[in-house]
Amino acid sequence: MGSPMTVSDQPHSGRWNHLKKLLERSGPFCHPDFEPSSETLNFIMNSCKILVIGAGGLGCELLKNLALMGFQQMHVIDMDIIDLSNLNRQFLFRRNDIGSSKAEVAAKFINARVPGCNVVPHFCKIQDFDSDFYRQFHVVVCGLDSIVARRWMNGMLISLLQYNEDGELDQSSLIPMVDGGTEGFKGNARVILPGVSACIDCTLDLYPPQVTYPLCTIANTPRLPEHCIEYVKIIQWSKENPFDCPIDGDDPTHINWIYEKAQERANQFNIVGLSYRLVQGVVKNIIPAVASTNAVIAAACASEVFKLATSCCLPLNNYMVFNDVDGIYTYSYEAEKKSDCIVCSNKPKIYVLENGGIKLKRFIEDLCENQAYQMKNPGITASIDGKNRTLYMSQVKSIEERTRENLNKTLDELGLRSGSQLFVADVTNPNTIILELKYTNSNGMLTD
Amino acid sequence: MIKLFSLKQQKKDGEPTQKVGNQKKASAAQLRITKDLNELNLPKTCSTEFPDPDDLLSFKLVICPDEGFYRGGKFTFSFKVGPNYPHEPPKVKCETQVYHPNIDLEGNVCLNILREDWKPVLTVNSIVYGLQYLFLEPNPEDPLNKEAAEVLQNNRRVFEQNVQKAMRGGNVGNVYFERCLK
Repeated sequence: MGSPMTVSDQPHSGRWNHLKKLLERSGPFCHPDFEPSSETLNFIMNSCKILVIGAGGLGCELLKNLALMGFQQMHVIDMDIIDLSNLNRQFLFRRNDIGSSKAEVAAKFINARVPGCNVVPHFCKIQDFDSDFYRQFHVVVCGLDSIVARRWMNGMLISLLQYNEDGELDQSSLIPMVDGGTEGFKGNARVILPGVSACIDCTLDLYPPQVTYPLCTIANTPRLPEHCIEYVKIIQWSKENPFDCPIDGDDPTHINWIYEKAQERANQFNIVGLSYRLVQGVVKNIIPAVASTNAVIAAACASEVFKLATSCCLPLNNYMVFNDVDGIYTYSYEAEKKSDCIVCSNKPKIYVLENGGIKLKRFIEDLCENQAYQMKNPGITASIDGKNRTLYMSQVKSIEERTRENLNKTLDELGLRSGSQLFVADVTNPNTIILELKYTNSNGMLTD
Repeated sequence: MIKLFSLKQQKKDGEPTQKVGNQKKASAAQLRITKDLNELNLPKTCSTEFPDPDDLLSFKLVICPDEGFYRGGKFTFSFKVGPNYPHEPPKVKCETQVYHPNIDLEGNVCLNILREDWKPVLTVNSIVYGLQYLFLEPNPEDPLNKEAAEVLQNNRRVFEQNVQKAMRGGNVGNVYFERCLK
């Protein structure tokens, strides 16, 4: 295959007929509030902004599916570069692209191939953007291979939620997250309405625990080739520090060094079965990828994005599993929101004050005396100007000594303002609670 | 089920749909460590040190055992709490060189709840008690420092002398230990 083909700039007039059938007519499976209209197609093509996270196995499929479904305003984030081993399934990439950014090459391919489509690539980490960036999107769809990244994204979207004083969710602050995941012949697709349905952290126990071996087994009684690799990775690397840097799983000289040392250790303990690929797998936690599974899961995710964006149909409620290891099995169920989820159950409680002139000491006393809180010995931290601050913690001697002087400062002096969030831990509550300050009598300079 | 985008609202780059304070919200790890520390109940042999009290994710624990082989010693452990806490355990290293069957000379600690048996319901307190227990009951069955483990298994008397020698500052075998008496 050569460079991307270009379809004529004036596609045939019937290009969107298949979408119009769904969007301009009603039907028995429609969302109860769905109103057939020609505006909806206009919305998904021109206004609806989609963020695709990951431009790998799932990401390539997602971008292709969404672009062909009419979504034209898309952004894609991926921090990786293209590797030879990607080319069998990440079909937006060619041999010449090896070493280039996945996001950039994928965006270029889609924009060239699908007339009217405008994919904006970001060759960086999701953590490089802040809430102002993420707030611009209508739907976020993830094709990630990392639980940490999913949780970060999940936490970000939950942090964007706005509640009014009665604790009701402001729906315009809600950005749905569609998440796909695959592992060999198994996969899942899910729809998360942050603050409304089960979030990633509510269902963390669904992810298999990371395989860890007892340190003493690795050090003294290895039985498996994996034990030998872990030994080199955890103990020998930091001891010998062969390249004066942390392990880079993408650097063949690093993998080779680990392979050699692990082989020496395996010989010493008569362990067989070590290979370069196994070393790479253990060091990088590689999970084999299957193109067809990615295609199925990405298709399910793209349909969900379409349903959410157009309301033409009820979205998946809310978790679909897929398995074609032996025949095909698929099942959907409603993952339940955890009432004590540390991430999504923690909506800020509004704490109303006249202004920020009150001393921290008095504020803490109020948390203890106030009927609504009745705390015992609250420990308080806050995020001020993007930095974590410990305001007071009576239980830990070394922190108490160094935060004691804060007690006599006013909230203003501590840098808190109306809208600031305090994180309060107390024995009376199983989780740290979030209090959002609200000043009724502020002169406008202290508030945002 | 809610209907989203009933207003088909337009969203633009960098222009928040609503004016919101430009504040970073706390991570789950931050919320949880705040809770853990606020409920820290240290045994009298232990104390914590926070180089930066605003950074609750990185601190030191000092253990001064008052009984057992290690009585009179002072051992410092560094705790690094990662963004995945409490789903992953904190990284704990022993900063004091110690002659101990379950702690190697690089400071790696073999304690089950720091690796294979970690569970999110465990807290910093659980680790503190786990570490304290290591000093009261060194376990030669699960050695990281094999030489020390062998000595403990074969001759408790010699092991005790070696621990004393190491804590006073001196050589055990051909390894030099720095003084760590209180």
